[in-house]
Amino acid sequence: MKTLRICLALVCAVMMATGAQAQQGPLRITIEEGIIQPLPFAVPDFQAETGEAGQLAADLARVIAADLQGTGVFREIPSSAFIANYSDFNAPVSFPDWKAINAQALVTGAVAVSGNNVNVKFRVYDVVSGTNLGEGLQFSGTTDGWRRMAHKVADEVYSRITGEGGYFDSRVVFVSETGPKDDRKKRLAIMDYDGANVRYLTDSSAIVLAPRFSPTGDRVLYTSYESGFPRIYVLDVGSVQRRVLQSAEGTMSFAPRFSPSGNTVVFSLSQGGNTDIYTMDIASGQSVRLTNTPAIETAPSFSPDGSQIVFESDRSGSPQLYIMSAAGGEARRISFGEGRYGTPVWSPRGDLVAFTKQNAGRFHIGVMRTDGSEERLLTASFLDEGPTWAPNGRVIIFTRETQGEGGASSLYSVDITGRVLRQVNTPEGGSDPSWSPLQQ
Amino acid sequence: MKILTVSLLVAAVALSACTNPNRFGGDDAMAGSGNPTGGQPLGVVPGSANDPNSTAFFNQTVGDRVLFEVDQSSLTMAGRTTLDGQASWLLANTDYQAVIEGHADEQGTREYNLALGARRANAAQEYLVSRGVPANRLRVVSYGKERPIEICSNEACYAKNRRAVTVLAGGLTS
Repeated sequence: MKTLRICLALVCAVMMATGAQAQQGPLRITIEEGIIQPLPFAVPDFQAETGEAGQLAADLARVIAADLQGTGVFREIPSSAFIANYSDFNAPVSFPDWKAINAQALVTGAVAVSGNNVNVKFRVYDVVSGTNLGEGLQFSGTTDGWRRMAHKVADEVYSRITGEGGYFDSRVVFVSETGPKDDRKKRLAIMDYDGANVRYLTDSSAIVLAPRFSPTGDRVLYTSYESGFPRIYVLDVGSVQRRVLQSAEGTMSFAPRFSPSGNTVVFSLSQGGNTDIYTMDIASGQSVRLTNTPAIETAPSFSPDGSQIVFESDRSGSPQLYIMSAAGGEARRISFGEGRYGTPVWSPRGDLVAFTKQNAGRFHIGVMRTDGSEERLLTASFLDEGPTWAPNGRVIIFTRETQGEGGASSLYSVDITGRVLRQVNTPEGGSDPSWSPLQQ
Repeated sequence: MKILTVSLLVAAVALSACTNPNRFGGDDAMAGSGNPTGGQPLGVVPGSANDPNSTAFFNQTVGDRVLFEVDQSSLTMAGRTTLDGQASWLLANTDYQAVIEGHADEQGTREYNLALGARRANAAQEYLVSRGVPANRLRVVSYGKERPIEICSNEACYAKNRRAVTVLAGGLTS
C-alpha cells in the first residue's frame, strides 16, 4: 500500500499544479518542495504462450513501457537490471528480486497468437506491498492491432496507479509538412498518439490546415484551399470521403471545431474583411451567427458540456480570450496578462483552457482556469502554437516551429505541469495536431 | 482607349522611375515604350513586360502588391499610390479580373493571421472599388502566414510578407 500512496501523491501533485483544489495535505508539500520523483516500474517481456508469439511478447512490453515512461510520471527500469527471470505469467512473483532493483510497480503479461488472433493477459503489482493492483485482465484482438492492445494495457496500468483516465489508445490527426518555408507542402495525416501507424488522408495539392477530430474520432473537420479559397471540409476517417461544409461565394471559412454532440460545427467566417464566429448544423447546413463586431473573432472551442464557447477576439485592440454562451451574446474576457492570446481550447475535463500566448517576441503554450485565473505558461520558444488536449486532460500536443530560413514545424507534447516536454515522432514535419478521444 | 493608354504609360514611367528604374534595362527602354504614336510601340513584344497591357507590366511596373505595418491592415501612402496605379490599369484593361491575396508574417497564430490577411486583402479591394474598379471583377482570399515570399525570421523579411497581392486572371481568352 505504501507504493500506492506514493503513486497517488504523484498524481495529486499533477492535479495540484493545475490549480485543482488540493484534497490531501501531504500532496501540497510534495509540490512545494519540488521533490516529484517518477515512479520506477518494470515491464519484463511478456510470456509467449504460443510459438508465434515470441516477437509480440517482447514488442508489447516495449510499447507498454514506452507509454508509461513517456508520461514523465513513471521511470522504466531497464531489463539489464533485472534479477528475477520472468517467464511464467502464473508463477508466484519474486517480490524481493524486484524490490532489490527499486521497482515499485511491476507489469507482467502473457500473449498467445492463433492465426490472426491475439490474446493478451496482464497483471499489475505493487512491489513494495507485494500485492496485486487490481485484477488481471485480458484483451483479444487481431495481430495487426497489437499496438492498440499494448496501449490498452498501458492505459489500464496508468489508470490503476494514478487514478486518472488513460490516453494511450488514442490517435492524432495533424498536418504533415515538407519543403522549405516558401514552398511548403501540406497534407493531412493520422497516426497513433505515439507516432506509429501514420496514414495520409489527403494529398498536398492544396494547402490544408488545422484538422479537428469529431467527438467519436470517426470524422475530421479541416480547412482546405482546394477551391482556391479557404473552406471547411468534413472528412470520414475510414473512407477518406470528404465534402465541403460551407462554400458561400465571397466568403472564407476556417478554424472549425465540432460541438461535443458532433452535430454542430463552430467556425470562423470572413466576409468583407471581417471575421466572425458562426455555428452550423452539419446535417441541415443551417448557420447561426454568434458574434457581430468589426473585430476579428476566431479560434472558437466548445466547453465539454456544449453550453459555452471560448474564442479569440481583438475587440480590445489585441487578441485576447473570451467566453460566451454557445448561443452567442455577451462575452466575458478571461485573459488579462501581458501579451497576445490565441487558439484557446477547452480541456475535456472542463477545468482548464489551453492557449497560445505571444509576448515579448516569444510564443508559449499555457493553461488557465476558465475564469482566467491561475494562468501558467508551460513552454517557451520562437513559435509554439495550437494546443490540443489528451483525452484525460493531462497532456497537450502542440506545434513548434523553428526560426529562420530553415525553419520547420514539428509536434511536441507537454504535460500540464510543464515538466515533461518531448518531441512527438512524425515521418515529416508536423503541425496543427488534434488529439482524438480514447478509442472504443 | 488610345489616350488612356498613353497617359497610363506616362504614369507608369514615372512610377517605374521611382521604384525600379533598371527593371527593363534602363530608362532608354522605358522611353521607347512610351512611344507617343500610340498602338504597339516599336520593339514591344505583346505580353512581355514592356507591353503596357500585359500582366507582366502590371506585376512589375504598376506594382502588384502593397505592404502593411505590423498587425495593421490600413493602407500606407505608398500602398495607396500603388493601388491608384492598379485601379487605372484595371480600368484600362477591362478583360481582366483579379484575386487579391492577403498575407501575414509568421508572427502570430495561424487562425489570427488568416483573419488578418482577410482584412488586408479587403482593404486593398475596397480601395480599388473606391477608385472605380467594379467590385464584381475583384475577389479576395487570405493565405494568413501560409505563403511567405521571404523566409528569414526578422523584420526585413516580415515587412515583405505582410502584403496584399493583386493577382490578375483572364485577359487572354476574352
